[in-house]
Amino acid sequence: MAHVWRMIAQRLALGFLTLFVVSLLIFGATELLPGDFAEAILGQSATPETIAAIRRDLGLDLPFHTRYIGWLSNVLQGDFGKSLANQQPVIELISKRLGNTLFLALYAAAMAVPLALILGILAALFRNTVFDRMSNALALTSISFPEFFVAYILILWFAQTGYFPSIVRFSPGIGFGESLYRSFLPALTLTLVVTAHMMRMTRAALINLLASPYIEMARLKGMSPMRVILRHALPNALAPIINVVALNLAYLITGVVVVEVVFVYPGLGQLMVDSVSRRDIPVVQAVALIFASAYVLLNLTADVLSTLSNPRLMHRR
Amino acid sequence: MTKSITRTGLTRRSVLRGATALGAAALILPAGMRAASAEPKKGGILRIGMGSGSTSDSLDPGSWADAYTQVFATSRHNYLTEIDADGALQPEIAESWEASADAATWTFKIRQGVTFHSGKALDAEDVIASINHHRGEDSTSAAKPIVEGITEIKADGSHTVVVTLESGNADFPFIMSDYHLAILPAKDGAIDPASTDGCGAYVLDSFEPGVEARLTRNPNYWKTDRAHFDGIELLPIVDGAARQNALISGQVDVIDRVDLNTVHLLKRAANINVLSVTGSQHYVFPMDSRAAPFSDNNVRMAIKHAVDREELVEKILNGYGTVGNDHPISTANRFHAGDALEQRTYDADKAKWYLKQAGMDSLDIELSVSDAAFGGAVDAGVLMSEKSAAAGINLTVKREPADGYWSNIWMKKPFAASYWGGRPTEDWMFSTAYKSGANWNESFWENARFDQLLAAARSELDNDKRREMYVEMQGLVRDEGSTIIPMFANYVMAHSTAVVTPEKVAPNWTMDGFRVAERWWFA
Repeated sequence: MAHVWRMIAQRLALGFLTLFVVSLLIFGATELLPGDFAEAILGQSATPETIAAIRRDLGLDLPFHTRYIGWLSNVLQGDFGKSLANQQPVIELISKRLGNTLFLALYAAAMAVPLALILGILAALFRNTVFDRMSNALALTSISFPEFFVAYILILWFAQTGYFPSIVRFSPGIGFGESLYRSFLPALTLTLVVTAHMMRMTRAALINLLASPYIEMARLKGMSPMRVILRHALPNALAPIINVVALNLAYLITGVVVVEVVFVYPGLGQLMVDSVSRRDIPVVQAVALIFASAYVLLNLTADVLSTLSNPRLMHRR
Repeated sequence: MTKSITRTGLTRRSVLRGATALGAAALILPAGMRAASAEPKKGGILRIGMGSGSTSDSLDPGSWADAYTQVFATSRHNYLTEIDADGALQPEIAESWEASADAATWTFKIRQGVTFHSGKALDAEDVIASINHHRGEDSTSAAKPIVEGITEIKADGSHTVVVTLESGNADFPFIMSDYHLAILPAKDGAIDPASTDGCGAYVLDSFEPGVEARLTRNPNYWKTDRAHFDGIELLPIVDGAARQNALISGQVDVIDRVDLNTVHLLKRAANINVLSVTGSQHYVFPMDSRAAPFSDNNVRMAIKHAVDREELVEKILNGYGTVGNDHPISTANRFHAGDALEQRTYDADKAKWYLKQAGMDSLDIELSVSDAAFGGAVDAGVLMSEKSAAAGINLTVKREPADGYWSNIWMKKPFAASYWGGRPTEDWMFSTAYKSGANWNESFWENARFDQLLAAARSELDNDKRREMYVEMQGLVRDEGSTIIPMFANYVMAHSTAVVTPEKVAPNWTMDGFRVAERWWFA
């Protein structure tokens, strides 16, 4: 077990290094974008004097490294600064939206992961039957359509008929059940988008193992096909499945801006897009760090779980 | 000697009423089919879905730029003056105003008994601090250029404000209706730009930028015949399809910026009215008059004649607009030239003739477009390119990135797309974008006669003389200017039939001059 802890510690340290590099890259990339906050916020109404005044006010006229080091030292002290655009603390802007984003990601994952695993296992079990073909075809169809198209179709079927709301509004004081109801359509859209990947991976990993000699042995002993798959094949297929699940979870947190726009869902993606287009660097940086952390942590979790599920890695000599 | 300018003095000339035939405020539905505008009823929460608004929106009046912040601001704030549905100026916080004979000194009487939401009584100091927020060396306000003409602003007693201008401006009270110039409470001579306090129709309950704003009716609002809703919920719904869906499924009551590609489908939906208002919003293609080949007026005239305006209105605006005559004054303005200037039409032969005058057989130009300039700008460029080919003009359409369009393309590339929300007065529009050396003179056009007329008309208080001058200026911009103005785009909104609009909806801005919250009501 000790080496697992060592791995976690090592990976966390590397994760921090990654975050540092990401922050530097994002800061530099925002710098490379044409125009800065002053020009973006004034748009067509910009005059040289007002642009200069905004730059002076917010310290945007300082050189790149001064601004970056200033930002970094504040962050190391836990201060993510204020949004350039509306002077609200970045933490305050982000916390509620992060909650919304995680809620939607977990909601979608809670539907997608079991669905994908069950479909994947059944598809492997009934390989090359009508069921296998149908579930593959449906999953591939839903992943092949662009997200907004899936979303519009769902809105046409479920929202225009009045079953579910087409835009998500979290009014103050609504209960958990009501939240689930209101965000059902975006969660369903995401479920349809991510299920195929996980299901196909589950199916492929299992089928791969089903050809190995020890499975044949199990079959020859007269075990039921279900038991062969769940008891003997699945534990050995866990590592790739865990990895693809982690990858999709990270996507659910970081890549859902299109779904957010279509359903007017107040998540992090929209905040990121607005902030980039206004060159609101403190917000862009903070959101980028959250996205990067999500990838680092989920990958770490996947690796730890794969290690735990694999006796050869757990009991190394 | 002071000359009093009364409300009637500034009312739109009756001549222009005739111009409503051109669609000064044409509602799509025949009058009989509209919900009867009976006595307004109080009650209900109006939910508005706006096609703008983002997480970067701020409460600072100097930063308001899109319709979301503008409607939001107008719901909770008052201004010195208000433009009514006919384009005439009405008193708001200013009860009345007077100009000196040269129109360079303006005295505003401030209304007594108006209080802010916080309970503070409004006086001259608040007005002065609110205007000063946009002035001065350190101003970061987008409205700085429009108050630049003010040299001094001071109180004369607790309820009188005297404004001194650099030079006479007969339209100055109009400028005071600008959406940036909201009256906020002053503290130690300055306003707090992060304050939510105002003296308008609705009090802010909560505001989450990019998500929603909630307001409730101000129980102490001084206008007793306005603000009929119990509350307002203002939602940014940037995606056009999402906005329409929200209206169809009853999650909002009003939307703006109806997608013109699908408006005919929306009109079929039950219980929904589409509202289309011809205002001063226009789409333009400025040419850099300093750079060849646009420095030659013959080239500019050739290009102007090679644009099929009817087709642009038909295909880009889906019919929801009117053709432009290469000048920026709309039928909603007081001094629109009307029949005094002949409507320019597509004429390939004339375009060729002008090219020949310029000593050319053919012309190669590049047009920079992006949908950031206006929705459909790229398509408009392609249509123009098709049509101008017949006149020997090879117009290459270059699609530019929407991101950073206003800082990198507009006024940087010699020929680009742009738009104007329009201004309520001729002087304002001309001095913003057509005067020599103006900050936003996007075509860098300079014309001595035009500048001279502009200065003369500004301080002229005789409306007939002003009209003459403004018509001549429209002609100058049309025939010598360096901007193609092919179309005026309607403001197209939609609302559920439960919502009642006044008989006439204001054309000066979208959403009834941004005043939907205080002018409309539920049936």
